Amino acid sequence: MTAVQEKPARLISGPGMLLVWFYGVMVVGAVSRSVFQIATDFQRAPLAYSLSAVAGVVYGFITYSLVRGGETARKAALVCCAAELAGVLLVGTWTVVDSSAFPDATVWSDFGMGYVFIPVLLPISAMYWLRKSRSTVTP
Amino acid sequence: MLNALTLVTGIAALLLAAWCGWAAYRDQPTKDWHFIGMAVVSVLAVLQLVIGIVQLVRGEKPEQGTTIFVAYLLGAFACVPAAGMMSLAERTRWGSVTAAAGGVVLAVLEVRLYDIWGG
Repeated sequence: MTAVQEKPARLISGPGMLLVWFYGVMVVGAVSRSVFQIATDFQRAPLAYSLSAVAGVVYGFITYSLVRGGETARKAALVCCAAELAGVLLVGTWTVVDSSAFPDATVWSDFGMGYVFIPVLLPISAMYWLRKSRSTVTP
Repeated sequence: MLNALTLVTGIAALLLAAWCGWAAYRDQPTKDWHFIGMAVVSVLAVLQLVIGIVQLVRGEKPEQGTTIFVAYLLGAFACVPAAGMMSLAERTRWGSVTAAAGGVVLAVLEVRLYDIWGG
């Protein structure tokens, strides 16, 4: 409204832009994969396909938060990144220990090995970036 | 025909990644020449999309399914322009890193396309 109003803090400057790129790629990857698999062959591995869909939604939300910027979005993204990391570690361990639960791979299988470990590296670097940008964005 | 183009596009994508990575290493944003390079790689991806669809229309079947093949063709087509757009918005070395990451992702997509088409 007026010039006094603060601009929401930008989260996509510098390394943030790279994060948005990778998250964008993961959104497309996870969502298109799960849509295709759920539409064609859901019965084969319902758990794996549902998890891919959930991962896609989480990635989508983080991407949106990063682009939107601001303190609330930063906190929300931070929580989601933590959830994402927990998911990758849980599902990753699960697929290694009991692979029979997953007849087909998810994006998080084997700690995201099929995606060059991006699924496990991404939340760690994103959380580092989001924590770091707190100190710089506060006026 | 399609496999040769896949190979060329993949190599071009890696060269683009190396070039933009070099710019990032030297702490520079992407310049006009980089965007011309991205345009060249994008043209290759468009060619691939067109030839891929022509092959499908002529009745050839990708080994791992038509839907997946078309999805990857579209992904390969959108990949570098999207990364280029983002590097245009980020006029620092990080824009160059993003463009380089776009090239790497495209190269990965090309490997997958090769598998999906059935080598």
